[in-house]
Amino acid sequence: MQNRTYSGRLIALSMLLMVGGSVSAAETYTLVIREHRFEPAELELPAGQKIKLIVKNEDPTPEEFESHSLKREKIIPGKSQATVSIGPLDPGTYDFFGEFHEESAKGRIVAK
Amino acid sequence: MLATAIIVFREVIEAALVISIVMAASRGVAARGWWIWSGVGGGIVGALVVAAFADTLAEAASGIGQDLFNAVVLFTAVAMLGWHNIWMQRHGRELALEMTRVGKAVLSGDRPLYALAIVVGLAMLREGSEVVLFLYGIASAGENQTGSMLAGGMVGISLGTTAGLAMYYGLLRIPTRYLFKVTSWLILFLAAGLASQGAAYLVQADLLPPLGREVWNTSNWLSEDSLIGQVLHTLVGYVARPDGVQILFYLATLAIIAGLMRVFGDRPAQPAGH
Repeated sequence: MQNRTYSGRLIALSMLLMVGGSVSAAETYTLVIREHRFEPAELELPAGQKIKLIVKNEDPTPEEFESHSLKREKIIPGKSQATVSIGPLDPGTYDFFGEFHEESAKGRIVAK
Repeated sequence: MLATAIIVFREVIEAALVISIVMAASRGVAARGWWIWSGVGGGIVGALVVAAFADTLAEAASGIGQDLFNAVVLFTAVAMLGWHNIWMQRHGRELALEMTRVGKAVLSGDRPLYALAIVVGLAMLREGSEVVLFLYGIASAGENQTGSMLAGGMVGISLGTTAGLAMYYGLLRIPTRYLFKVTSWLILFLAAGLASQGAAYLVQADLLPPLGREVWNTSNWLSEDSLIGQVLHTLVGYVARPDGVQILFYLATLAIIAGLMRVFGDRPAQPAGH
């Protein structure tokens, strides 16, 4: 029993390491939220590869980064940032918005 | 105000439906009120703590702390729901008989109520922390609409709670003989849906491969943002654009819990009075 949990941990650890490797391989892009708007409102990304999107919220209030077409949804608290992994994307346009300020916080990703 | 009400309602209805199913599943059990309300209370305290440390959580684990946290919360809830169902499979029949016999009288309290209390607490924690963050954001923005937006938040909370109550009293209309059977099925699908949500968080954090993006897209037909879409999302895990891995987690959860229910349910259970 002891042995089994130990080997289980080893497997979990090696899986984490593999995953860690794949994360660091992704290219990083940054999206800034300022006064309930995304900057840039249109972000061009390379298609066909994994992207690490850092969403940085410079407002004091929280925002929810959401995209139906990218199938992503994540709360970015005020004055902080978080990472959203996306892709590999097919070439095309993907809309996103800030759910907490939907009138102003709109943008799109263009994958080329 | 309307926008605020809708956003808050979306969060609240999910927790409210989960709680109503758990309440119905534990109907007639001694001290269940204490357990369920400690779950609610613990969940609210937890939600406030999570909201207070939201920025730390968001930035933890190089920006995927929130996804990890949500996934752990969801999978813990899945395990608790599964455990409750397996237990009920062994003892449910005697309970239903006992309830029919003694009416609404107190039942033996040895059911794993802590499992249900944890499920309730986790639902409150996850949805509550988002509501708290959102309302806090409005309150601290200090714009001139703050009052009406907070009122919208309250409307959202009341509507969500009403939906939960409607579900609960609807379930109570089911004859006692069938009630636990129905709640077992509801809990089975609820657990599968939560597991698929948990998988989605791990895909978003790049800890799981999607195994096929957007296996189908029914968002034109039934959007997850619509009321029915939202309710089905919570109750049976409806997803308009699922990743392959979500379907895998959904089916695996159904198969594992149903399989364990069958394995353990077939054994002769202990007599009820002990």
